[in-house]
Parts: sequence; structure tokens; C-alpha cells
Amino acid sequence: MIMPLYKKVVLYLLLSVSAFFIFAPAIMALVMSFMPSEQILTGTIIPDSLTLDHYRQAFERFPLLSYLTNSLIVSLLIMAGQLLLSSLAAYAFVFLEFKGRDALFFLFIATMMIPFEASIIPNFQTIRDMNLLNTYTGLSLPFFAMAFGTFLLRQTFKQIPKELKEASEIAGMGDLKFYLTVVLPVAKTSLVTLGVYGFLSAWNMYLWPLLATTDDSVRTVQIGLKQLQSQEQLNEWGVIMAGGIIVVLPTLILLFLGQKKLQKGLTEGALK
Amino acid sequence: MNGAAVSVQSDAADLIEKEKRKRRTKNVLKGILFLLPSIVFFSIFLFYPMIRTVYLSFFLTNASGAPTVFVGMDNFIQIFSAPLFLNSLKTTFLFVLYTVPGTIVISLFLAVIANEKLRGIGVFRTIFSSTMGISVAAASVFWMFLFHPTMGWLNQFLSIFGMEAIGWLTDPKWALLSVSLSTIWMNIGFTFLILLGGLQSIDSYLYESADIDGAGYFYKLRRITVPMLSPTLFFVVTVTLINAFQTFGQVDMLTRGGPQNETNVIVYSIYRDAFVNYQYGTASAQAVILFAIILGLTLLQFKLGERKVHYQ
Repeated sequence: MIMPLYKKVVLYLLLSVSAFFIFAPAIMALVMSFMPSEQILTGTIIPDSLTLDHYRQAFERFPLLSYLTNSLIVSLLIMAGQLLLSSLAAYAFVFLEFKGRDALFFLFIATMMIPFEASIIPNFQTIRDMNLLNTYTGLSLPFFAMAFGTFLLRQTFKQIPKELKEASEIAGMGDLKFYLTVVLPVAKTSLVTLGVYGFLSAWNMYLWPLLATTDDSVRTVQIGLKQLQSQEQLNEWGVIMAGGIIVVLPTLILLFLGQKKLQKGLTEGALK
Repeated sequence: MNGAAVSVQSDAADLIEKEKRKRRTKNVLKGILFLLPSIVFFSIFLFYPMIRTVYLSFFLTNASGAPTVFVGMDNFIQIFSAPLFLNSLKTTFLFVLYTVPGTIVISLFLAVIANEKLRGIGVFRTIFSSTMGISVAAASVFWMFLFHPTMGWLNQFLSIFGMEAIGWLTDPKWALLSVSLSTIWMNIGFTFLILLGGLQSIDSYLYESADIDGAGYFYKLRRITVPMLSPTLFFVVTVTLINAFQTFGQVDMLTRGGPQNETNVIVYSIYRDAFVNYQYGTASAQAVILFAIILGLTLLQFKLGERKVHYQ
């Protein structure tokens, strides 16, 4: 079907105006992070000169590099934990038939009704009493088990033909070997999707890192940004924006690369 | 001869039966082994804390959060007779009311216009989904400047039209709306992406036959798009609703619950009671209320959803 020209014009107009409004805050932050301070203070919108000063200052005055490393380590830990636990659980729900499986599956559904925020007080006490405050373990451990990830992978594993499993049994292949050499490679795409999603959520986490870190040693970049914002009260907006850009750059790149897969994976996991 | 055959057969059946039973027992063990890691972690970091929260809500606690005196329902009576918590509940519901419909309507609009097959549509899709990659902390920093009383873009924009500057985050009348506005922006990326996925999975055959019948754009939107999209919409509404009740980061960064507790949503109130004032008992009571609200909403949504949602 060929679209009439007037409809095309209207659509492009709507798309462009919407894109402007959605993108404006991020573009503003990007421009400000390169704009000399005097121009920010006078309310300039388009700068006439650019500077890297704000980035230099952000890295000099704050241990941003170590915050970034901390965030990377914690996010990778959470991602790996989620992939491992979700895939193991999904495997049991698809390929192993045993009594009580449906009850356990219901238990997984029930976890989605408990908000993490409502159980934050005992969680904080647990991590504190295990002496895990200010450790990578303490930051990542509570997020390893994940119902959503289990459901998503269960959907994918279900598409693997049952005959394959039967054949593997006849060939004398154990479950662990079948899981490692057949199921995981076949489900690679879904694993990547879940990994990207887990990494994004972990990188962007706010409340838990705020509670579970009391010093700079393992503090994540999100909490670093909060500090940057609350300590820079001298209208050093350029430095704050530089910090903000540094925080969002890794996740935005990841999102741009994996957007199509993420959309497909999330929609499937959400709706089946 | 015949008898021997029967007995061989029944022996074989016995053997198969035994083998099956053995395998099922083995499978229980294996199943549990594969599920054990998840179950252990859920137990330590979700089920136990939830039960412990309910338990703590019946106690007074010391400064480290250990229960000291059993007080029964006193914590609940106390929070419900204090204007602070009632106000926090009201704030939370208002916040939900502002952000959920706002997010859904805007994201649906964006998904519909981004679902057309046009050149360069990929760029627009990427832009619309971009806020999903922007963390609460970073988004709050961006919006903090937009809301800035003198330099901020919003007030500069108002001044072009000769309007008076608004204290977006400092005026009690505006603060909750401002936080909601920034929250809608943060939500759009994810909601858009899911809705677009839902739109793309609608069979194009439906539209083609509607075209043959000469149906107009809005007729198709109302009669095909919205009904076929209802499972996705239903999911997105649930997620947005639950997220709205769990909001914390942007409040902590933008307003710290102020001005005059106008943005003191329930999670922020729990955080302040527990980790600033060390009132773990009343904080736990509030957490129990939050849990009850979310549980109730989820159940209600599933009940309503089953009837109204059109499944393919």
C-alpha cells in the first residue's frame, strides 16, 4: 500500500516533534557538559565554545573511575547470577517432570507479588549481620534469583523439541550435560537478551546501593552521581551534567546495540 | 506356555513400572537440585524478609532494628492516626494517578506513530526507547536543571511568553506534579518498547481486510489496534502501576520528600522512618501496607484482566 503524501508529512511532523521532546533533556545535558560555566550561568542554550573542563573536574574531584569500575563489577555479577539461576530453574520447569513441580512454579509466580522495597529493612539487616555491607557480594547477592528471567527462558526452552531430550537420554547423556551442551547454546539469543536486561537494571539500581554502601570502597556510580549533585552546590552544573553523561553512556550504547532483540525478548517473556 | 508368556509380560511390566518409579524419584532429586539455587535465594532475600517485616511491624525496636517490646497493632494504629503517613498515602495515590495514565497515553501515541513503515523510522524508535537506558539518578540530574528556578529551561520557556516563573520543586502546589512529569519521561522508554512490540505482532491481514471494507484510520485504531493490543496494554498498565508504588530514587534526588512532605511517597516514608529515624517498627508497618496494596492490586488486575482482555 502506498501512503498518501499528506499522511507522510503529518507522520514525520509528529515523529520529529515527539523525538525533540523526548530527547531534549539528554541533549541539554550533553551540551551543558561541554559548555563553559559562564555561559551556563547566563542561561545560554547554544554555546559558542566548547570545553572538556567539566569532565576533567568530575574525574579529578570524585573517584568516578573507581565508581564506574564498581558499577561494572556489581552489574556483571548480578547479570551472571541471574543467567545461571534463571536458566537452571527454567530447565527444571521444562525438561524435568516430577511431583510438586506445579506447586514450585506457583511459588515463582508468587515472588512477583512481593515488592523488594517492602522487604528492604530485613534485607538490610541480613546483609549487615553477615558483614557484607560495603562489599560487592552484599550489593549483588539479593538480586540473583529472578522470576521474570525464569519465565522468559522457560518460554525459549519450551521450543526445543522434546525428541532431542529423549534422544539424549537414549544416548546416555545426563541432564547437566544436556543443559550445558544443547539447551544453553540453542537459547543463546534469549540468554543475551536477558543478560542485557539484567545488566541495564543492575547498572541503574538506586535504593539498594544507597543502603548497602557507607563508604567509597564499593560505591556505585549512581550513588556517586547523587553525591556529586548534593556536594556541588556552587552551581557547577557543567560538572554535574558531565557526571550524568558518564553514567548513562554505557547503558545507552548497550541499549542502542540491543534494542531490537530486547524488544522482542521482553514482549515474548511478558505475554506468554 | 501361555502362563509363562503372561508372567514374562507382567515381569516386564513390573520392571518398567519400577524403572519409572526410580526415574521419578531421581527426577525429584534432580528437579530440586536445578531449582535449589533460586529457591534458596528467594527464601533468604524475599520470603524471609517479607515474613520478618510483618513480624517487626508488631514490635518496638532498638536502634539496630532488633525487636524489643511486643506492641501488637500499636504501630499500625500509630501510623494511621498520624497525619504524616496518611498524607504519604494520599501523595502516593496522587502520584500513581498522575504517572500511570500519563505514561500509558503518551507511550501508546508514540508506539502508534512509530509503527508505520517509513524511511528512517528506526532512528525515531531508538530515540523513543532511549529513556529506558537512562538511570533514575541521571534522569533526576537532568530534570533538576530543567526545573531550576532561574536558569532552567522550563521557566525560561515560560518567560518567553511573559509568564511568571514557577517553583517547580519548591512550591508545594507544583512539586508532586513536577516529580510526576519527570517520572513519566523516565517510564516512556520501556513502555514504548513493549507497546511497539505488541503492535508489531498484530496480523497485518486484519488491516488489509479493513482497508478493503473502506475503514478509516480511527475506526481501525479503535476496532483493531486497541482490542488486539489489550494483552500488552494490560501488562504495561500492571507494570507501570506497581513501579509507581515503588518509586524512590527521583524523590530522593529531586525533593527529598519536600516541600512540606508534598512528595513524601510511601517508599520514601519507609526509608526515612527506618534508615534516618531508626523507627524500624513503624517503618515495617508501612512496608506491610505497601505489600498489601501491591498484592491487592495484582490480584484485582488479574481478575479484571481475565474478563476484559481480548486474548488472541
